Amino acid sequence: MSLLTVVEAPRAPAGDHEPTASELPAEIGPERPVAVALRGVGKVFPAGGGTITALDDVSLSVHRGEFVCIVGASGCGKTTLLNLVAGLDDATRGSVGRRGETSFMFQEAALFPWLSVARNVELPLRLAGVPAAERRARAAELLDMVRLSTFADRQPHELSGGMRQRASLARALAKDAEILLMDEPFGALDAMTRDVLHDELERIWRATRKTVLFVTHNVREAARLGDRIVLLTSRPGRVAEEFPVEIARPRRIEDADVAALARLVTARLRDEVARHGS
Amino acid sequence: MAAESTAALAGLDALEAQHLARAPLAQRLWSATWPKALAIAIVLGLWEVVVLSGWRPTYVLPGPLEVLGRLWQDLGTANLWQAVAITMRRAVWGFGLAVAIGLSIGTLVTRFAVLRAAIGSLITGLQTMPSIAWFPLAILLFGLTEEAITFVVVLGAAPSVANGLIHGIDHIPPVLTRAGRALGARGLAMYRHVILPAAMPSFVGGLKQGWAFAWRSLLAGELIVTIANRASLGQLLWVNRELHDAEGMLAIMLVILIIGILLDALVFGQVERRIRAKRGLLGA
Repeated sequence: MSLLTVVEAPRAPAGDHEPTASELPAEIGPERPVAVALRGVGKVFPAGGGTITALDDVSLSVHRGEFVCIVGASGCGKTTLLNLVAGLDDATRGSVGRRGETSFMFQEAALFPWLSVARNVELPLRLAGVPAAERRARAAELLDMVRLSTFADRQPHELSGGMRQRASLARALAKDAEILLMDEPFGALDAMTRDVLHDELERIWRATRKTVLFVTHNVREAARLGDRIVLLTSRPGRVAEEFPVEIARPRRIEDADVAALARLVTARLRDEVARHGS
Repeated sequence: MAAESTAALAGLDALEAQHLARAPLAQRLWSATWPKALAIAIVLGLWEVVVLSGWRPTYVLPGPLEVLGRLWQDLGTANLWQAVAITMRRAVWGFGLAVAIGLSIGTLVTRFAVLRAAIGSLITGLQTMPSIAWFPLAILLFGLTEEAITFVVVLGAAPSVANGLIHGIDHIPPVLTRAGRALGARGLAMYRHVILPAAMPSFVGGLKQGWAFAWRSLLAGELIVTIANRASLGQLLWVNRELHDAEGMLAIMLVILIIGILLDALVFGQVERRIRAKRGLLGA
């Protein structure tokens, strides 16, 4: 089936407990299928004369088909984490393992303004060398899934913000990657639109059984969508705590259980943020 | 719940999608034409006023009606059309060459930082150099030949074309290249599907400016580099002056002006408009 990709950091600094590659396959096995496995991942960026540690010793496993939300205050390296999983950037230490391809969705829809909505969705297929007829059919299917069929021939600027994000989701799904990385995709939308898109994303996720890593600063959103919430600390980003979300689906953002869990996570997040002020 | 969500979604889409109704063709043509017609009428009126004031005798500065009459008459002669053909052939050839050279230089400069440091500002410097100042060198190098004219037209137009491309690539929103990378675009595919289309509006702006420079350089060249048996527009202009034929001279000037305006409006203007409209960059 899909290939296992394990990217080891090039240099292993002494003193840290370094995971070995042999530890990974045992966990990414058929009996407990893991889609993403981070082991002791650190990421250091050069900044001015010194360095900034964006991530420090982050270990995280995401099961296949699981919906994991990553929350944290600003500067916790959420985006860096997604970049590492996507392979857009390399870890300074530790290992990043994933089974299958990734596709990415950003806060901005980032649709190409010179292409129609349908052509935007087709582009990843075109880049992968899929024949024209096949990619047309596939794009039509995906646009139907995000309920944008009637807008297929429009240009992106003719769509509303919420519709653009749906088009962007369809484009991300076109790559047919098993892992969907979402970087605050609904962060710039109004509450009403976001609420509806939560329903839509949940429906699509259940239909496609993708593994989702969803970054957000909105704790309610995380409790509404996730199977699990991972709280990251800031500067450096570490896993502070993980919260399993044991609330039956379908959920609503105004459900009492969702609100209660969000309160719990927010309290923990506040403690984390307050730590930086003292 | 699914039905409820679908209904809400449909409602949001209906509320938020823009419904741009297009005006009928006749109305659009009229609204595009009348300001230009009015401007031309005002210019011709002012010209007539200057002539009527008696500032210069009419054999030096004839009125617009006389010149337009002469233009009409000249349009019936093979001489004028031959001149237009010769000049246009030079323009298209020189501009085409300038686009090819500008495109290659622009691509190289955006790809290699060293090249940018070396010749980036030189390109803008070349743009400020008046093309007429190149002619003495061109004539020394090539003599009174077609090559001398082409040389100067290319030097006039290529920097604008290159700068348009460089500027366009420099101003691509990083989120688009990031999206391209995330979707699997690498190397040449990235250029073909993301970078070049994203830079297109600015590149067309560069082409438009390059065309203006090419046309100017070409007419300057035709006044200076006269080649036997090739009566170009520039040469007709000069010959009419020599013959003290003010009407004929002004008629040729009108031809030069009209060709310049038509190409700018019909070719580059249209392409630019279409690109901007497609991307939602036209003011509503």
